[in-house]
Amino acid sequence: MPDLGLDVLLKGKNFERLLEGLGVSLKISLISILISIFFGILLGILRQRENAFLKFVMRLYLEVIRIMPQLVLLFIVYFGSSRSLGWNVSGETASVIVFSLWGAAEMSDLVRGALISIPLHQFESASALGLEKMRVYLFVILPQAVRRLIPPAINLVTRMIKTTGLVLMIGVVEVLKVSQQIIEANRMKSPNAAFGVYLTVLLLYFVVCWPISMLAGKLEKRWG
Amino acid sequence: MKKRVKTVFLLLLVSSLVFLFVSCGKKQVRNNASSTVYRTVEEIKKSGVINIGVFSDKNPFGYVDEYGEYQGYDVYFARRIGRDLGVDVSFVSTEAANRVEYLETGKVDIVLANFTVTRERAEKVDFALPYMNVALGVVSPNRRVITDLSVLGPKDEVIVISGTTAEDYLTRNHPEIKLQKYDTYANAKNALENGNAVAWANDNTEVIAYALQNPGYTVGIPSLGSQDTIAPAVSKGNETLLTWINDEIRSLASENFFHKDYEETLVETYGLDFEESLVLEGGEKTSQK
Repeated sequence: MPDLGLDVLLKGKNFERLLEGLGVSLKISLISILISIFFGILLGILRQRENAFLKFVMRLYLEVIRIMPQLVLLFIVYFGSSRSLGWNVSGETASVIVFSLWGAAEMSDLVRGALISIPLHQFESASALGLEKMRVYLFVILPQAVRRLIPPAINLVTRMIKTTGLVLMIGVVEVLKVSQQIIEANRMKSPNAAFGVYLTVLLLYFVVCWPISMLAGKLEKRWG
Repeated sequence: MKKRVKTVFLLLLVSSLVFLFVSCGKKQVRNNASSTVYRTVEEIKKSGVINIGVFSDKNPFGYVDEYGEYQGYDVYFARRIGRDLGVDVSFVSTEAANRVEYLETGKVDIVLANFTVTRERAEKVDFALPYMNVALGVVSPNRRVITDLSVLGPKDEVIVISGTTAEDYLTRNHPEIKLQKYDTYANAKNALENGNAVAWANDNTEVIAYALQNPGYTVGIPSLGSQDTIAPAVSKGNETLLTWINDEIRSLASENFFHKDYEETLVETYGLDFEESLVLEGGEKTSQK
């Protein structure tokens, strides 16, 4: 077996540190995902409205967030906010803000797509039954839309988890940063460590994202 | 057709907004220069904590050991600063690309991250007295040690890592030398060992460490190009802290602090031979005794 430098993970508390780093990544992504889902659904429904101004603002928000690389957004929120507004947000807070903004924007587009895909007669029949607008959405439209929403939403969620690697640029020590620290601390003694450590990180990300995909598959089957 | 016009319009609008946002940010910085982003020595002492930006992945200058503790040449000095100020040190993990930004926003009080003094950087941050020398170096195999760039023939190629000062220096000053560029340290190392090129140019600390770890290779040119220095940096205009650090560096010279620092943290990587050429004491080259 080739030397993967895996022994560096057994040194001291290295593996524990890697898991702690993963914890930081997960904390940031899970909080952002919850916020994104909530606001994504809300904004997605709002985008259905026939209000030109509202539509325009939403579209602008979505495009701005989409066009800007996440790294730029992180820099703007972390450094920019303390420059122009004097706020001193922590790296983790800044990350949650950016990932929520991004997630909510993408999610709102997914929700909008799912809602559009529901045939118009569903709205009409529900209204004909005497349901108010709120209930039409809650009991008729959303349950159907959610089913169509799951595959792309899961895709977004796993993408968000994997993108948290960027937050090391604003001083947050997450799993990728810890792995870089471990590799560099042993650069001279085990130059091959990069391979083994990154392989471990890959496995860790997999262990996190795979169950989410599995869950999505199950949900799809059950509701499909 | 109409749709396309709309899209173009939207794109223009978005880009102009982004531009506005970015340019606003820039203006704001200048305004803020008068109001302080940084903390004075008094304020730091009162808070009981000093934030120091260090590398967390640049062994042996600033790195994290297997117990999660910051270690290295820069960190050793940072701890001493904390002790002499009578405050706790909170280490902030910085990247090469965001060191200036951290100081400009006052998110750290000092950057001690292998920060090479350059004119461009000095416009944005204030450098204190230097505590280390850096230059470029060239390492080559023992069977043909390159001691001077002029001996390189037209077919000899030199390895550099992309984006380093070595690449920059050689492209600018020796355009006749053929360069082999690699993205990572590991690839450059493999290339030299496979004999793809006759020599490898990098920061002299890097090549010295390499030759020490790999028998059969010699640093033929230990110091090439302009002699640069590494110094602590503080936010632009933070006079009290700058003065405090300069006084500290001067007074530490009496106990040969940076030599001790070298022997604690760097000797394993660079050996004793390079101590005098790398270490700066009291901001000046050690006088010959």
